[in-house]
Amino acid sequence: MKALRNAVIRLAGNSQDGIQSIGGILARLAGRTQQDVMTYMTIPSTISGGPSIFQVHLGSGEVLHPGDDSDVLVAFYQHSYDSHISAVADGGICFYDSGEVTELKHERGIHHIGVPFTSATVEAVGGSARDRGKNIFVLGMLCAVFRLDKDKVAGILARQFGKKDESVLRNAMLAFDAGFAYPVGDITTFHFEEGEHKDEHRISSDGNTVMAMGLIAAGVRYGSAYPITPWSSIMETLRTELPRYGGIYVQAEDELAAVSMTIGAAFAGHLAVTGSAGPGLSLKMEALSYASMAEIPLIVINVQRGGPSTGMPTSIEQSDLMQAIYGSHGDCPRIVLAPQDVEDCFYIALEAGRLAREYSCPVIILSDQALSSRIEAFTEPDLTKHWIEPTLDLSDRGADFKPYPLDAMTRHAPPGTKINGKYPHVTGLEHDEWGHPSGNAKMHQKMTDKRRNKLVDLSKKLPLPEIYGDQEGDLLLISWGSNYGQMKESVNRLRAEGHKVGAAHLRHIHPMPAGLDRLWAGFKKVAVVELNDVGVYGYGQLAMMIRAAYADPKIQSICKTDGLTFRIREIVTGSEKIMRGDA
Amino acid sequence: MSSPTLDTSSATPATALVTPPAEEKLTKKILTADHPTWCPGCGDFAVLAAFYKVLEKLQYPHEKIVCVAGIGCSSRFPYFMNTHGIHFIHGRALPLATGVSLSRPDVHVFVFGGDGDGFSIGGNHLNHAARKNIKLTYVIMDNYVYGLTKKQTSPTSPIGFKSKTDPTGSIDRPINPMKQLLASGATFIARTHAAQVKHMVDTFERAIKHDGFSVVECLSECVMFYEGSFDDSTPRKGGTYEIIDEAQHDVKDDVAAFQLADLPSPGKFGVFYEVQRPTKNALEQKWIDETQAKLGDTPQRELLRKRFETMR
Repeated sequence: MKALRNAVIRLAGNSQDGIQSIGGILARLAGRTQQDVMTYMTIPSTISGGPSIFQVHLGSGEVLHPGDDSDVLVAFYQHSYDSHISAVADGGICFYDSGEVTELKHERGIHHIGVPFTSATVEAVGGSARDRGKNIFVLGMLCAVFRLDKDKVAGILARQFGKKDESVLRNAMLAFDAGFAYPVGDITTFHFEEGEHKDEHRISSDGNTVMAMGLIAAGVRYGSAYPITPWSSIMETLRTELPRYGGIYVQAEDELAAVSMTIGAAFAGHLAVTGSAGPGLSLKMEALSYASMAEIPLIVINVQRGGPSTGMPTSIEQSDLMQAIYGSHGDCPRIVLAPQDVEDCFYIALEAGRLAREYSCPVIILSDQALSSRIEAFTEPDLTKHWIEPTLDLSDRGADFKPYPLDAMTRHAPPGTKINGKYPHVTGLEHDEWGHPSGNAKMHQKMTDKRRNKLVDLSKKLPLPEIYGDQEGDLLLISWGSNYGQMKESVNRLRAEGHKVGAAHLRHIHPMPAGLDRLWAGFKKVAVVELNDVGVYGYGQLAMMIRAAYADPKIQSICKTDGLTFRIREIVTGSEKIMRGDA
Repeated sequence: MSSPTLDTSSATPATALVTPPAEEKLTKKILTADHPTWCPGCGDFAVLAAFYKVLEKLQYPHEKIVCVAGIGCSSRFPYFMNTHGIHFIHGRALPLATGVSLSRPDVHVFVFGGDGDGFSIGGNHLNHAARKNIKLTYVIMDNYVYGLTKKQTSPTSPIGFKSKTDPTGSIDRPINPMKQLLASGATFIARTHAAQVKHMVDTFERAIKHDGFSVVECLSECVMFYEGSFDDSTPRKGGTYEIIDEAQHDVKDDVAAFQLADLPSPGKFGVFYEVQRPTKNALEQKWIDETQAKLGDTPQRELLRKRFETMR
């Protein structure tokens, strides 16, 4: 018997087979057994049908990436087998449905184990179940193979299916037990080393759910949005949860109405959030310029997906960075943040709320499709430290109240506030300090300075990111968003090969922390790792920003846009090329 | 005949704003802000004057009044009111006002704009604010022309109207605001005229007191770019101003309202339609109340902690 520290399990089938469901159960199980976990999934953008995979990386130590190759492949169909057998590591294991997969490639020492998932499930459950439940059968089988905690799995199943008809849970348990008891033949049964997170409250969830929880903890009680993949589940969660907290989340008729309603709630004195994916963010742009001009505190979430246009709605890309920073008319400073992993979706939402109010301007959070759906386990946030009570400041304002003072931060007086003088006007026209329209050129320059200097001030207060790995040497990797774990794992591999490599991850995309060039002073080369196109000039979007700010020719790009997250070997190969100087 | 789908039984007085009178008497003098930028002779001056009069009559607390507008000549309205005000982008005043109304049940929300803002670039929002029955009052100053951008065709310009974008005369059928509002589910629909100040004041007052989405189309002449547009409804210019006789017209009858709306120009003025239907404000609050009743006194932070427990 072999003790495992890590295992990558890839489930390959069709989107309606329930593989996300059992993958999710494996992931939740990890969160409960002190193991670490990261999942990865592809889904077709059709409602039902089409090949789909769900990959679960379980580990006893820190899991930084969803896994390039899989140790175990579970193939439900011949097409699943054909597409994914090449992703199985040498000497790995392939479980396949022996009623579906008939042509096997015996190569690279891969152990093939045929199990009649479909017929064995039908036999176990009986009746008219057909092949429904074969995913649960496979879950039972994997539990036996990896010696996972059977009682805990049963508990999760009970919670998941117990609310439905009694027979549903009974059938699920029948399928599970059949899979657990199925003799898989002559293979070693694995078990995991004990996890490293013994004393912590661990939770496991996906990024969109965690983002919604973060927004609630940040004090958000109002907002509006329009459904779009992969943003929708955040608005669904807020719509369902906010009434419990006395709030309202409105489904608007379109993206323009959504951002406008949210600005309305913000003008009314609340911390409010809207969100979308790339195409929807484009539609919100005019109103976002308004929010910069009128100095409205606002949170806007963009869960990025493959673009342009309808693009690849269920694939990942990080190609909205320039849109987030510059995608409006006029000079309209706004803050752009990006969470680094699922856990950070919680903390970035809190930070966005704090910054929106402190600087009275829009804050865009750039999440992405990978973060939105993948499941990770992490320490439960301590709400005694991370909780902001919603506030509505309707305190009286004096006769000298100015909505747009030149010598102080804007603090709007929402409707309902008594003003001992002239009432303020909030406006998108250039204005004087009282909010009167002003065509005065000098006033426009002063107000432009004021709006820009908020971000200059913030950039000076932001801490430089820490460097992971070598603090000086051959190459510094810089990345943002969901590439965080993969970049760290790449540093581990490159250092194991003898390279002197470090990595810095940017959560504050705009403004960037001042003095960012101090990070790479001790490195020969810099490579910015991001999921967007190198474009006409050969640099990705964040690389363009950093090059524009620091004009340093040693900054280069590692980019790709194949709709998938970075594999470790892609970053490693790209880094080696840049270090050799032939990139 | 009333529409069988209309639920007129469950009026929701609970959402009607019950606000104590202002501490300091609100007068036109107090309510006046910047001098209007409108052209001499513009109908909008009269609309502003009528709105001052209504507020003087209603005496809402000064700080609870909020004026919202989009873009256009008439949308400059908030600058001329010494109240909380917001001047937003073209066409989106209604969704912005929706955000204010739903999140702040303690304030009175008034939206002002023109025909381009309301029926063209913001047309979709009008449909949805109406069907959702958002608690607010919307005054559309309709002049049948784009004035701020100097004489282009508007969605209410009549066929044949010569503008810079239709030099040989408009060819597109204009919107019939009353019919569109009826079809979208607005619960208070009225039509008035800037030259009829008393009728305007009375109509505004009824609209404001309506618990739901109330819209008043107010014909307001643009003397620069469409002079004489409303002469046929201006008695001193030889026209007729006929007010709807509510002894004859049942304001709950949507089919009768459609027929009224079909009358040729100048048509009739007054309340076309008025029914009680629960506002979105009330329905959302009902959901909140029912949800929170089940939760008891659990502090909000504890609610989130319990949510995390389910994710362990």
